Amino acid sequence: MKGTNVKLIIATIKPFKLEEVREALTEAGVRGMMVTEIKGFGSQSGHTEIYRGAEYAVNFVPKIKLEIVVAASMADQIVETITKTAQTGKIGDGKIFVLDVQQAIRVRTGETNEDAL
Amino acid sequence: MKLLKTLAPAAALIALPSLGLAQDGPTPGVNASTDSVFIFNSLLFLIGGFLVFWMAAGFAMLEAGLVRSKNVTMQLTKNVALFSLAAIFYYLIGYNLMYPLGTWSIEGVLSGVWGPGVLEAVGVTADAADDYSYASTGSDFFFQLMFCATTASIVSGTLAERIKLWPFLIFTIMLTAIIYPLQASWKWGGGFLDEAGFLDFAGSTVVHSVGGWAALTGAIILGPRIGKYKDGRVTPIPGSNLTLATLGTFILWLGWFGFNGGSQLAMGTVGDVADVSRIFANTNTAAAGGAIAALITSQLLFKKPDLTMILNGALAGLVSITAEPLTPSLGAATLIGAVGGVIVVFAIPFMDKLKIDDVVGAIPVHLICGIWGTIAVVFTNSDASIGTQLYSIVVVGVFTVVASAVVWFILKAIMGLRVDEETEINGLDMAELGMEAYPEFSKG
Repeated sequence: MKGTNVKLIIATIKPFKLEEVREALTEAGVRGMMVTEIKGFGSQSGHTEIYRGAEYAVNFVPKIKLEIVVAASMADQIVETITKTAQTGKIGDGKIFVLDVQQAIRVRTGETNEDAL
Repeated sequence: MKLLKTLAPAAALIALPSLGLAQDGPTPGVNASTDSVFIFNSLLFLIGGFLVFWMAAGFAMLEAGLVRSKNVTMQLTKNVALFSLAAIFYYLIGYNLMYPLGTWSIEGVLSGVWGPGVLEAVGVTADAADDYSYASTGSDFFFQLMFCATTASIVSGTLAERIKLWPFLIFTIMLTAIIYPLQASWKWGGGFLDEAGFLDFAGSTVVHSVGGWAALTGAIILGPRIGKYKDGRVTPIPGSNLTLATLGTFILWLGWFGFNGGSQLAMGTVGDVADVSRIFANTNTAAAGGAIAALITSQLLFKKPDLTMILNGALAGLVSITAEPLTPSLGAATLIGAVGGVIVVFAIPFMDKLKIDDVVGAIPVHLICGIWGTIAVVFTNSDASIGTQLYSIVVVGVFTVVASAVVWFILKAIMGLRVDEETEINGLDMAELGMEAYPEFSKG
């Protein structure tokens, strides 16, 4: 199968950064995204809380997962925008992954790849 | 109405010559004033009684909020059932066991009056009232019944999430029919603790510590919830709904005005109504002191304030002031409550160290602060003696622990106390009742 010129960007960010990141991405020309509330751990690997005097570990930290499908030409700029706006400099800021998309189709019209975005 | 009006004076003269005479006699104020004492005392009991009744709602909401969602329906079921059983068994046995009115089968220890409580006749007259100088029997029964039910409510929270429904309810029957009324007769029924000079105004010991001792005994015999204490560590099990727990605490706080204020047992004179007012104000400020003390103590100790402990702190303040809500000044009442608030914040982790699993903190709140409140009487009431207070705490404690342990062990031998492991993990709601409190939420 012939490769498309479409990329999938998966980013995990701190929940309180969602609104800021969404605004920056809209300004950068992103016309759609998928958002999921997730829990997980990375190098931050949880923390401890106290309930009624007893300490307990929170092993999975709440994060927001963004999935954004864009034209390959825009991918670098989008990654940069997310990195810049989601960054606090503290541990637990999240990760970004960029993947090739084999095919993209708009359900309403049947348009494919870049036309489907 | 008109016919009645014209007939009434004539009828009164025939049927109640004494009343007619008094109205026409030289001292027209005497009967009216005795009537009003009877009326206002009874009114105090009725208002106090329905406020204390509402504490049952407070306990139900507090406990529903502090158990996990898979056990909420069961906890509510236990609360409704225990209150209703208390109402029935206090009527059948408890009331006369608690108030022998001088007829003892063992002097000062065991009532000589057995059988159900009996109210005054419909439309009773002043002459025929059981105690015209005091209050109606109906109001007295109604008020005292609520205290008995409160004692039973204390037990259910501690043993939540693992005890079977029926053994718990049978224990409730024994507690409300016999254990509570018997020891209460020693103080409030005019028994040997009362003779010894023991002071417990509204029941820091008689009500709260008794519920606490019964809960403690049950918690030790029952054992902790699965997973609570693992590999020498404490695993917190957060409650399902802190909104309900907070509502429950405020409801208890409201009910306590009736609990302590009603325990003045009189509202027919300027002095009595002023005392009832003092008690309301002192009760309120003690709760506030307890809440703020727990807020500050949990902030200092754990770096973050813990709402569940602040709620326990308010209740701790209330229990602490219950043994003497009248004599302290507002400042002293605040401090007595505040000490209670500090006590619970230290006592809750301490219970965990002992591996005694108390789901809602009823043992620190009702037992430990009940003891503190009973001792604190000596600070503001010169009639109290520390020796008698301690002696009474020990007597009531030993009796309640022994009697409760006997009942718990018999129930354990006959029917078992705990649900099986699978039921406990899946939740008592589905396993024992087949219904959930929040069926539209997924399992968490």
